[in-house]
Amino acid sequence: MSKVVVVTSGKGGVGKTTSSAALGAALAQAGQSVVVVDFDVGLRNLDLVMGAERRVVFDLVNVVQGDAKLPQALIRDKRLETLWLLPASQTRDKEALTEDGVEKVMDGLRARFDWIICDSPAGIEKGATLAMRFVDQAVVVTNPEVSSVRDSDRIIGLLDSKTRRAEGGEKLEKQLLLTRYDPARAARGEMMKVEDVLEILAIPLLGIVSESADVLTASNLGFPVTLHNPASPAARAYADAARRLMGEEVTVTTPKEKKAGLFGRLFGKRVAA
Amino acid sequence: MSFLNFFNRNRSAPVARERLQVLLAHERAFAGRSDLAERLQKEILAAIAKHIPIEGDKVVVRLERGEQVSTLEIDIEVPEQALAR
Repeated sequence: MSKVVVVTSGKGGVGKTTSSAALGAALAQAGQSVVVVDFDVGLRNLDLVMGAERRVVFDLVNVVQGDAKLPQALIRDKRLETLWLLPASQTRDKEALTEDGVEKVMDGLRARFDWIICDSPAGIEKGATLAMRFVDQAVVVTNPEVSSVRDSDRIIGLLDSKTRRAEGGEKLEKQLLLTRYDPARAARGEMMKVEDVLEILAIPLLGIVSESADVLTASNLGFPVTLHNPASPAARAYADAARRLMGEEVTVTTPKEKKAGLFGRLFGKRVAA
Repeated sequence: MSFLNFFNRNRSAPVARERLQVLLAHERAFAGRSDLAERLQKEILAAIAKHIPIEGDKVVVRLERGEQVSTLEIDIEVPEQALAR
């Protein structure tokens, strides 16, 4: 049976699109059939992060409004056979998505794929509420930073009240994906620790992705990080998170501070400061 | 870490954590997740006001959501002279 998952956060810039692409690719690399759906109508970027920006012809809004059939809008990844993308449109019309239309698209996708990953726009407006409306479970992407944690808390509240599942009294599983974590700063007390965020948000942990240059490099090149550099810590973190999504028991390892040499410690910090 | 930093650590994370806990306890109770806290506050205030003159902001109701157990915290500040009479 297929699973519909929303990747959401409330706050912008925390890594929703990066995480949607990476989790989608990791699931596909594990042999699952996956579609990643961009709900950020007007500000689409998933196509760019996944390296398919020049292949977009039809989009989610075209399908919702009946101007294109679902298979016409689906773009198959060039590197992974079982990974697909349903792009958002660039229209500025906020009313472009309707609840009925999105439900039909979701039903169509459920019939075709094992996993439907909905990349939510930031905020709590229509795009974000429609992205979460028909999901079975949620990945809440959070940075260890006060405004991100607060917005995640707000989104958890919406997931518990505004989704079809919640309204029907069913359980909606929510898991935390902590991104841009910096173990060195957490160790120095400059950044909230994993446990702090977990205690505050009180949802189970899906994974921890450290702040990493590999993530930016991968998106620069239009690759999900799990495809570009599978051995990198970020890619491994996403691959493990994908396995947890599939129900495997994988222990979460908290990233440790890399010990810099004496030279690095003395001069690395001074340059950064 | 430089020599100076070692003695002057920027341990701001505990402050962040503390501020969030206080703020979210309040927001969870009052920001649309459920109007339970709000209704409780009104009814508790009404019940007390029958017997003691009390200001609306002296009754604070907090709902804190946890994984297994959630807690309901009711904080009522009673003015000194109201009890003296």
